Amino acid sequence: MNKTGLNSMNKFNKSTINNIITIALIIVVYVICQILISTGVMSNLLQGLLVPICYYSILAVSLNLTVGILGELSLGHAGFMCIGAFTGAFFSKCTATILPNVFLRFTLAIIIGALSAALLGALIGVAVLRLRGDYLAIVTLAFGEIIKNVINVLYIGLDSKGFHFSMKDTVSLNLLDDGQVILKGAQGISGTPQNTSFTIAVLLLIITYLLISNLIHSRSGRAIMAIRDNRIAAESVGIDITKFKLLAFSISAAMAGVAGVLYSHNISSLTATPKNFGYNQSIMILVFVVLGGMGNIRGSIIAAAVLTLLPEYLRFMQDYRMLIYAIVLIVMMIFNWNPTCVTWRKNHPIKGIFSLLSNKTKKEA
Amino acid sequence: MSFISYLIKGISLGSVYSIIALGYTMVYGIAKMLNFAHGDVIMIGGYVIFTMMSTMGINPLIAVLASIIFCTILGMTIERIAYKPLRKASSLAVLITAIGVSYLLQNIALLIFGADTKSFTSVVTLPALKLAGGRLTISSETLITIPACIMIMIALTIFIKKSKTGRGMLAVSEDKDAAVLMGVNVNKTIAITFAIGSALAAVASALMFSAYPSLTSTSGSMPGIKAFVAAVFGGIGSIPGAMIGGILLGVIEILGRAYISSQLADAIVFIILIIVLIVKPTGILGKKLKEKV
Repeated sequence: MNKTGLNSMNKFNKSTINNIITIALIIVVYVICQILISTGVMSNLLQGLLVPICYYSILAVSLNLTVGILGELSLGHAGFMCIGAFTGAFFSKCTATILPNVFLRFTLAIIIGALSAALLGALIGVAVLRLRGDYLAIVTLAFGEIIKNVINVLYIGLDSKGFHFSMKDTVSLNLLDDGQVILKGAQGISGTPQNTSFTIAVLLLIITYLLISNLIHSRSGRAIMAIRDNRIAAESVGIDITKFKLLAFSISAAMAGVAGVLYSHNISSLTATPKNFGYNQSIMILVFVVLGGMGNIRGSIIAAAVLTLLPEYLRFMQDYRMLIYAIVLIVMMIFNWNPTCVTWRKNHPIKGIFSLLSNKTKKEA
Repeated sequence: MSFISYLIKGISLGSVYSIIALGYTMVYGIAKMLNFAHGDVIMIGGYVIFTMMSTMGINPLIAVLASIIFCTILGMTIERIAYKPLRKASSLAVLITAIGVSYLLQNIALLIFGADTKSFTSVVTLPALKLAGGRLTISSETLITIPACIMIMIALTIFIKKSKTGRGMLAVSEDKDAAVLMGVNVNKTIAITFAIGSALAAVASALMFSAYPSLTSTSGSMPGIKAFVAAVFGGIGSIPGAMIGGILLGVIEILGRAYISSQLADAIVFIILIIVLIVKPTGILGKKLKEKV
């Protein structure tokens, strides 16, 4: 990491400095976490949240590309995560005996998860080209729900003759004696090798960050932002809207797929329930993006981390914790966007504390 | 015969979706926001009726009326506290606030009523109608739901076309700034819209939970999402569109459940939605907006 840091210091433009700050921040937090784990200060509960924070951050960063940079509202991000999780886990389980090298297998699983999610993203992108605003939002939501529903009725088995598919039950797969059922409908995939570790998750987060951040500051990124700011004007200066919209959508989906692979290799049994892959999850990721600041990649990571930890720190309030969470959410939104609050923040003596928040508000406008 | 009975069941469920979708579509047309908490108002309405009927033993009709009043006040309060401060903010900020309100309502209900499923007693006490020598049975809930939906549609259309407030609503949805210049009180109009939408949600909750009697703190969210789909289906912002979208959605869902697969019923609804929107991007009755540079 130091090497990349030094190389880019020579160019010394604003975006590279921003990149260095964010990556340094992630590494510092990572090192602190490792020290806390090795000295035994960090509780098991908190340790269990480290990987989720990473995949939620990846999800938030990738959704930010669609919502913040491309400017299209997507409510189906959990659907891409779902595809990534299932194809990744499916691959790992099929090749568990053939590919004993964990590193190679997990890398391939991540690539496969990302590719299948990207493919689906491109498919939805076709719909995106005709729709906009709330119509697009509802189509992405619908896609997410369809994926979840279809996976819940799908049965796939593997034996010496190859793959068997069914939409009824495990018996109708007609497996030979040496066969095994891999995907069991609503029971999902169980016994996926747990290859995810905090180090890998942080590494993937950094890769995602660099990828999205470099995309934004590239020629393609500026074209995507031009489409967001004024589609017709962008078209008239010769920007290929179809190409760039599809590009943004597929990359965003691919990254969500990576987060899905991380998710599926972090738990022992993977099922598609409304709780983990439903529209509520998509909305949750959207909350990270909006609270972190649209188009602000670092903000997305911070918001994802804070909002994942918040319910755990509110645990002492027991039954009231989700209630408090909801109230905090509403108050934060009003505080961040209400005109009266914004002026108050600017004129108040303690404005330094809120400078971070008001920066975000400016970006939003 | 079974096809006809499924069809009637579908129209009945669709009528409930239409009533909920009306609330979505009116709020969207006038305040230009997606009120994600609308489904949870339905759930609260259900709990109000449940508490009054099962715990206090009050007459169903009074319970429904009380629920309508309660939800109307609730809807106006939510608008005043959570949405009004954000009137000039970006639509996404308002959307997230609405999600916050939705979580809040769900958790309040969870704290008061607990996590266990409550069994809702039907508010309709009429006997079921038997036709064609007992081969076709129409439940009493269906007999009430379909006429109720038609009556609401007619009343709402007359209200919007004829009354001063209704025309004010049309003006605000057309152009907010111009409406202010014409002397329309925008804040009052938006508050009334929320009141009507929430009252309709209470009516829908009485009809829906009578037919599908399980009540938990999250049982409003899926019908809410489906009604949102119905509103988009018909063209969001259009009142007849919400009606058509809702009924189509209900019929597709029930027929899909009966003839194709009960697990895939929701997926079928969503696939048809996507096809309709790809062919006609602003919904069945949606207005096509011309874009200007």
